[in-house]
Amino acid sequence: MPTNALSRLLETRDWLLADGATGTNLFNMGLQSGDAPEFWNVDHPDRIRKLYSDAVEAGSDLFLTNSFGGNASRLALHDGQSRVGELNRAAAELGREVADAAGRDVVVAGSVGPTGEIMAPMGSLTHEIAVEMFHEQAEALKEGGVDVLWVETISAPEEFKAAAEAFAKADMPWCGTMSFDTAGRTMMGLTSADMVKMVGKLPNPPLAFGANCGVGASDLLRTVLGFAAAGPEVPMIAKGNAGIPKYVDGHIHYDGTPELMGDYAVLARDCGATIIGGCCGTTPEHLRSMRKALETRPRGERPTLDQIAAALGGFSSTVDGTEEGGADTPSPRRGGRRRRG
Amino acid sequence: MSEEEDIILADLDDEELVEQMFDDLYDGLKEEIEEGVNILLERGWEPYRILTEALVGGMTIVGKDFRDGILFVPEVLLAANAMKGGMAILKPLLAETGAPRMGSMVIGTVKGDIHDIGKNLVSMMMEGAGFEVVDIGINNPVENYLEAIEEHKPDILGMSALLTTTMPYMKVVIDTMVEQGIRDDYIVLVGGAPLNEEFGKAIGADAYCRDAAVAVETAKDYVARKHNQMAAG
Repeated sequence: MPTNALSRLLETRDWLLADGATGTNLFNMGLQSGDAPEFWNVDHPDRIRKLYSDAVEAGSDLFLTNSFGGNASRLALHDGQSRVGELNRAAAELGREVADAAGRDVVVAGSVGPTGEIMAPMGSLTHEIAVEMFHEQAEALKEGGVDVLWVETISAPEEFKAAAEAFAKADMPWCGTMSFDTAGRTMMGLTSADMVKMVGKLPNPPLAFGANCGVGASDLLRTVLGFAAAGPEVPMIAKGNAGIPKYVDGHIHYDGTPELMGDYAVLARDCGATIIGGCCGTTPEHLRSMRKALETRPRGERPTLDQIAAALGGFSSTVDGTEEGGADTPSPRRGGRRRRG
Repeated sequence: MSEEEDIILADLDDEELVEQMFDDLYDGLKEEIEEGVNILLERGWEPYRILTEALVGGMTIVGKDFRDGILFVPEVLLAANAMKGGMAILKPLLAETGAPRMGSMVIGTVKGDIHDIGKNLVSMMMEGAGFEVVDIGINNPVENYLEAIEEHKPDILGMSALLTTTMPYMKVVIDTMVEQGIRDDYIVLVGGAPLNEEFGKAIGADAYCRDAAVAVETAKDYVARKHNQMAAG
């Protein structure tokens, strides 16, 4: 028997429902813009318990802890850089409590978000410091009792690798997702196929890898199809936003309905994803609809891009960098200097 | 070593050199850009002409390929860094010669929002296009914006937000400007991942800019219109 709860579930199930949004749901509970959600792990543990329980009650097999911004670099913006250990431990302990009381197998995944810094040589964050920050957070989540670590919303391959290295130091199983929000690539230009290659070369491969957040549900599934085409060796994760944010009467509303997210979940499974969840805008109501769709609707053929667009809406760009040259593939307008000796 | 001949910048005529500088900016080669700027200065080019024809010209191409998803953030940061090398040489000379200004901008991320990568990119691309940029950082309440525009009198006020929960604050800033009767003194541009054009219109901004490249094009367009209006008025 594998030693961690996620591997055990993956052995017996061919799909798992992950959770939805953390931010969207906390804002609905009264979190103010600009406040660090991680402080609530200590200040309002009841609300964080409710966040987790809502996901479990809606049918999630796995949920992420409220620790996305819990690294020293992000917490420093709230003068909380000295509280990394305390806040992450609390996030994990509350998660453990909820999962153990669920009456079925539920995985607690310790969320680790980006540092928000640009890595050297382009930016100022060195590999060593990034590893150190991720390691500090990883150890605290581990102490608090998470089953696996889960790095998410990453743009730079260097940062993803730094997190992987930190998780090896903490001797923890892990999952990792990146955000493909720029013409089908990550902000730093990584394609879905590039990510599969990078993940395949890691000395401590993740239990599962994939995409989260980004633009809308259709773009996310195009990315999953790109992963599948590159022949990944570990299961795929799809955590897409509930549609696109719209401005209605002074506040923001994601336009993806529970029905649409149900369609998205089934399509994600048809695309080859094993762990399926939502991201921004995904409420417990959406999760219930996704659970029901996954349980009641049959598996289908891998969908085409046209079928995805017809079901979930169009894509944000015509290509995503994985295509084989061709009329649609833009080429550089400049560059390619012959270097001087 | 490549089998092809090495390029000696000083051997190129003016037109070839500017073309080569476009390539070098695109490839983010800072030293080559600095060398190119110095050669053009030695050949008697006005600093302003070097800025607009060689540097801004080259960064416009970088901006277009960024907009079209051909270049990504790492390449743009390198190009902006090369541009900065050239600008460091030109800046004192531009001040001495009293060259015309492209325009100026105060930019900051709104209250409650601590994200700055997008805003920083816009700042760099705007500077790359020859604008003067005053960056007031992250988490800015309306007072910070008002103080900064009062102090710097920019052509443009830029606001950035990465969160759906913070983007409505842009409207607070614009509404306050309207109340104080200063809204129309400035071009207000907004941007950030969760925004869209509809949102920009709904809150009363002049324009929503999808990315840093679009921000530069929009800024140029609006500043030109503003100058035309002033000339006509």
